[in-house]
Amino acid sequence: MKILKIPKANLDLFVSVLPAFGDVYAPVKRGKGYAFDRPLRWFDVQMNYPRTILPPKKFMLPPREATFAFDPAKGFQDLLADAARQLVLFGVHAYDIFGLNILDRVFAQGRYSDPYYVTRRKATTIIGVDFEPDERHFARSMNADFVDSGFDLFLSDIGEEYLVLVGTSRGDDIVVLSSSLLETPTETDFDEYKRRSGLRRAAYRTRLELGDLPEILEMEYHSEVWDEMGERCLSCGSCSMVCPTCYCFDINDEVELGSRAGTRIRSWDSCLFKTHALVAGGENFRSQRASRIKFRYYHKQRGFVAEYGRPSCVGCGRCSEACPARIDIQTVIETIRGERNGTASSVARSA
Amino acid sequence: MELQAALPVPHKHLENPYLPMLARIVRIQRMVPDNYLFQLRFADASVADTWDHRPGQFVELSVIGTGEMPISISSSPTRRGILELCVRRVGRVTSALYRLPTNAMVGIRGPYGNGFPVEQMEGNDLLIIAGGLGIAPLRSLLWYALDNREKFGTVTLMYGARTPGDMLFREQVLSLADVDDLSVLLTVDRDPSGTWKHHVGLLPSLFSKVRIDPSRTYAAVVGPPIVYKFVLAELLKLNFHKDRILMSLERRMKCGVGKCGHCSVGYKYTCIHGPVFTYWDAINLPEIV
Repeated sequence: MKILKIPKANLDLFVSVLPAFGDVYAPVKRGKGYAFDRPLRWFDVQMNYPRTILPPKKFMLPPREATFAFDPAKGFQDLLADAARQLVLFGVHAYDIFGLNILDRVFAQGRYSDPYYVTRRKATTIIGVDFEPDERHFARSMNADFVDSGFDLFLSDIGEEYLVLVGTSRGDDIVVLSSSLLETPTETDFDEYKRRSGLRRAAYRTRLELGDLPEILEMEYHSEVWDEMGERCLSCGSCSMVCPTCYCFDINDEVELGSRAGTRIRSWDSCLFKTHALVAGGENFRSQRASRIKFRYYHKQRGFVAEYGRPSCVGCGRCSEACPARIDIQTVIETIRGERNGTASSVARSA
Repeated sequence: MELQAALPVPHKHLENPYLPMLARIVRIQRMVPDNYLFQLRFADASVADTWDHRPGQFVELSVIGTGEMPISISSSPTRRGILELCVRRVGRVTSALYRLPTNAMVGIRGPYGNGFPVEQMEGNDLLIIAGGLGIAPLRSLLWYALDNREKFGTVTLMYGARTPGDMLFREQVLSLADVDDLSVLLTVDRDPSGTWKHHVGLLPSLFSKVRIDPSRTYAAVVGPPIVYKFVLAELLKLNFHKDRILMSLERRMKCGVGKCGHCSVGYKYTCIHGPVFTYWDAINLPEIV
């Protein structure tokens, strides 16, 4: 892999070449948190942020999108062209790139690929940046603290400079265009990278064991922990909305007033919502809250492992941060593993 | 073992599997008050001519201006040109479909799901067990077997309905009772009219009337939960291997292509891994019934 370095003082000039590759989105302050948005000036871009409120999936799977138009007279016309806007996502953390790589497995690979997702993914340039884990991150436990694909460029802080990993041909186009800003790294730079990478690994609060988690989940299927969580959970779906790998969607036809023409809309959905497993005729296979929150854990930590060989979780900590009932995924996994006492209060984080 | 053999390739809409293809309602057969058979023909002749599916697969049907729903295919891939869908009126979209006249256009995409593993079933006896609406997908398998009669051993249809008036495809199955090389066993739970000439009793009571060799038989069972409960018990009593019992599950397959998440049952998506599961796969899925 081609590796370069860029002095931090050159970053603003570097970012100024990016609009040639698409509309630039980067982490900026939003209230008490951070969000990927269009920065008005370089000064607004946050290079050290814990996590954004929403993960970058919002660019590939918008919260709401029209997929095609229908008209009894004209039939069906896809709205795929609307998805082809060129984007540059600057400053994406490794676990979020990993999240997109997981979504790729579901939406771009397999028997059917999703043309809306694939069009957006192909039109998006991704520039990663490393991060300092806080107490909610457990990306290392999910093997998502480093990523070796899914980005065009990746920046790693080595003090006065960033190392620049070039991941794709498009990433190379960017460094060729900005070659006057870049330098060749030295052995000392690599040593500094290794030193900092070791420090980051050591900074995680917990180390969750994943190896036998699917088997343990099979054994704990009837555990009281799920009922206790059902008592706490409000079924608000916040955890799904902020999750980089939750992708369930709902489909609805919106019809123009006074006609049968309209558009088919897909919008974010959540398995925590009561209607998720409702079928025609009124049968609901998960009418209880406890069964729904249990389903979410089993799908991500058990079912996805069976299907794709890894959990659909990247350890970003957003679900714990967003949960109004303070259900904390790290604590839930430790409880199920028997490393904590399973009570309703123990699956919640302290206030 | 998962039932994922080589499936019929969906049509040119493979580029965008969400985009329906126009189909014309060529005939509506009012089988019983809330259960009509819709015969459809694709507007694009090349689609109509090349359409292929596997018994047990389903399509997504759009009523333009109302919405979309998954419907199992009742016609056999051995009889091309017309797609037959047996639709029960239960909700908003089915009610809108019932209001459409002959020659109205609807949207169809598919076929989806795994369907019955027919190649694997070849060379074996077939025991097709339908309870009520379960005949809708099983009719496709039955006609497939009859049109490929040389590929199967004995073929037996057991079909139970609540009353003779509730029996779907009644004239057709009654006429099949006279066909050589096919055993048809019909039953109704009760016969208010008093004119029913066949068996009266629940589906499991038909088992005493047939001889089955479980080691060379595939049983395909589709029906409401109560049917699974009692029929599966009978099959296990006969020492059927659990992977020789095939069943079809119904969930809300909204996208049909393994993305939207609504048809998940335990760890599997009904639209991709199913809707046909072996009994062995099914008992290993939580929340199956």
